[in-house]
Amino acid sequence: MSGATATTGRPSRARRLVKHVALVAFGLLLLYPLIWMLSSSFKPTELIFSDSGLWPSRFTLSNYTDGWNALRIPFSTFFVNSFVVAIGSIVGNLIACSLAAYAFARLNFRFRRFWFAIMLATIMLPQHVVLIPQYVLFSELNWIDTFLPLIVPKFLATDAFFIFLMVQFIRTLPRELDDAAKIDGCGWWGIYWRVILPLTMPALATTAIFTFIWTWNDFLSPLIYLSTPENYTVPLALRAFMDAEGESSWGPLFAMSILSLGPIFGFFLAAQKYLVRGVATTGLK
Amino acid sequence: MSVATRDRVESPPERPRRAGGRRFRISENVAGYLFLSPWLVGLFVIVIGPMIASLYLSFTEYNPLTSPSWIGLDNYVRLFTDDPRYIASLKVTLIYVVVSVPLQLAFALLLAMVLDKGLRGLSFYRSVYYLPSLLGSSVAIAILWRRVFSGDGLVNSFLGAFGIEGRSWISEPATAVYTLVALSVWTFGAPMVIFLAGLRQIPDMYYEAASVDGAGRVRRFFSITVPLLTPVIFFNLILQMIGAFQAFTPAFVVSDGTGGPVDSTLFYTLYLYQEGFASFRMGYASAMAWVLFVVIALFTALNFAASKYWVFYGDER
Repeated sequence: MSGATATTGRPSRARRLVKHVALVAFGLLLLYPLIWMLSSSFKPTELIFSDSGLWPSRFTLSNYTDGWNALRIPFSTFFVNSFVVAIGSIVGNLIACSLAAYAFARLNFRFRRFWFAIMLATIMLPQHVVLIPQYVLFSELNWIDTFLPLIVPKFLATDAFFIFLMVQFIRTLPRELDDAAKIDGCGWWGIYWRVILPLTMPALATTAIFTFIWTWNDFLSPLIYLSTPENYTVPLALRAFMDAEGESSWGPLFAMSILSLGPIFGFFLAAQKYLVRGVATTGLK
Repeated sequence: MSVATRDRVESPPERPRRAGGRRFRISENVAGYLFLSPWLVGLFVIVIGPMIASLYLSFTEYNPLTSPSWIGLDNYVRLFTDDPRYIASLKVTLIYVVVSVPLQLAFALLLAMVLDKGLRGLSFYRSVYYLPSLLGSSVAIAILWRRVFSGDGLVNSFLGAFGIEGRSWISEPATAVYTLVALSVWTFGAPMVIFLAGLRQIPDMYYEAASVDGAGRVRRFFSITVPLLTPVIFFNLILQMIGAFQAFTPAFVVSDGTGGPVDSTLFYTLYLYQEGFASFRMGYASAMAWVLFVVIALFTALNFAASKYWVFYGDER
């Protein structure tokens, strides 16, 4: 309880009730478009805009089956592609960022402050400044229309934001643990692998979740690098679907949109604690 | 950036010195660089190298089929003197940043204030309000948004219930960009969570002391909460501003990649994409990227300069 209530006394029961009603109503208003899209995805397309009730008067799953196969390639391909990119990115970020974070947080090497400042600066760098030469580089390597341009940079810790997150976390771990491990004969690698990594799990979890959400939602990079529909990720496929079908098939389009949000929603339910903490700790310390 | 870096770099690891420490030190130095090596490779190959390359390309005419030919400042000159679409995109982006960021932060702060009162079910509300932030940048939500703000969309049926006649918000140049502002405000949850964490760090005793002195709610808000929260407000401001300058997906999806109607949603990054990857004028697009970089840096620097007058750090008292 914060000071304000402690000093003014608890508000009356009625006032609290009113406040909760208002907060719930606001939440519903906020989520209403989502709920509406969910409900519409179960309505026949011709009813979506005439039947204004949230509960479908005629319930159908055909939007899902139609949408799944609406493009030449079934959506399963796009989901697999998206998962491959997301999982590759997660593995890359976990490995590369934790290695760098351990060095910044625990090791005393030359120019450490200098590199740390550079690392912080790259967080602020708009990606557009490097977009075109990166594209040229990856096309020289013949990586266009593969997942490599989307995944390999993560193995080189280009998402410096997560290095920062992990450094902040590792700094809160007692240094005595490192010393104890050193006395027990651990080298630098041993300390990293046996002491730091296991204790950094919460930060690693936050990294994994945010990497998943960002790569899952990412649209610009796949748009630039992936050209054949077989390689499309879900956002690209949704966009292609919208272009191909136009305004005529909102039902299937909504159904696929709902499915595309599913994994994010799942992560959200399973890992709210890490998400909220992640936002709060990178904002403050 | 000084806010972010402050206190971070300042505590070099205090390693106990021991006999033979010299040899140890050398290996620690090497170990440091070994652990850092993936990041260092990425830094030079994927960040700094391309940065220099794009600076060079911005002074050339270049498409992937030809080699770059040096044209000096022509790209930059053309941007500001001979490209109405560019000026339009600059204008739209500035409107978006200047309107959406303060609105979003005001919402975030307001809701954080409402939630931070030892409220029951706080974490539930926090999660519900936060959810849009996770979904907001997705193509699916942009598709939904197109629908919500269309002529026969949700917003108009809502307005219709009050007897107000709406319009097709998305297809009218005057309102299209504000539908994207609305989308940005809808994702106020992320800064709200940061505000909540900040509010929690304000010691109760300040409020108690103020109450004893007879300060009411409003007075406490403006004399305690706001001043002590200014560093967090500032942090959110910088973060959201940098993000807003780079917004891309919603504008792309809502306008079918065109930036229409009449370039009214032609966000800077969208125009950059069109020039670089649809028209393959990569030298020109590189020049745009560098101007964007400078504009963002300038806005950030301005904010830091202005912060001296309104951001209150506890230790300066």
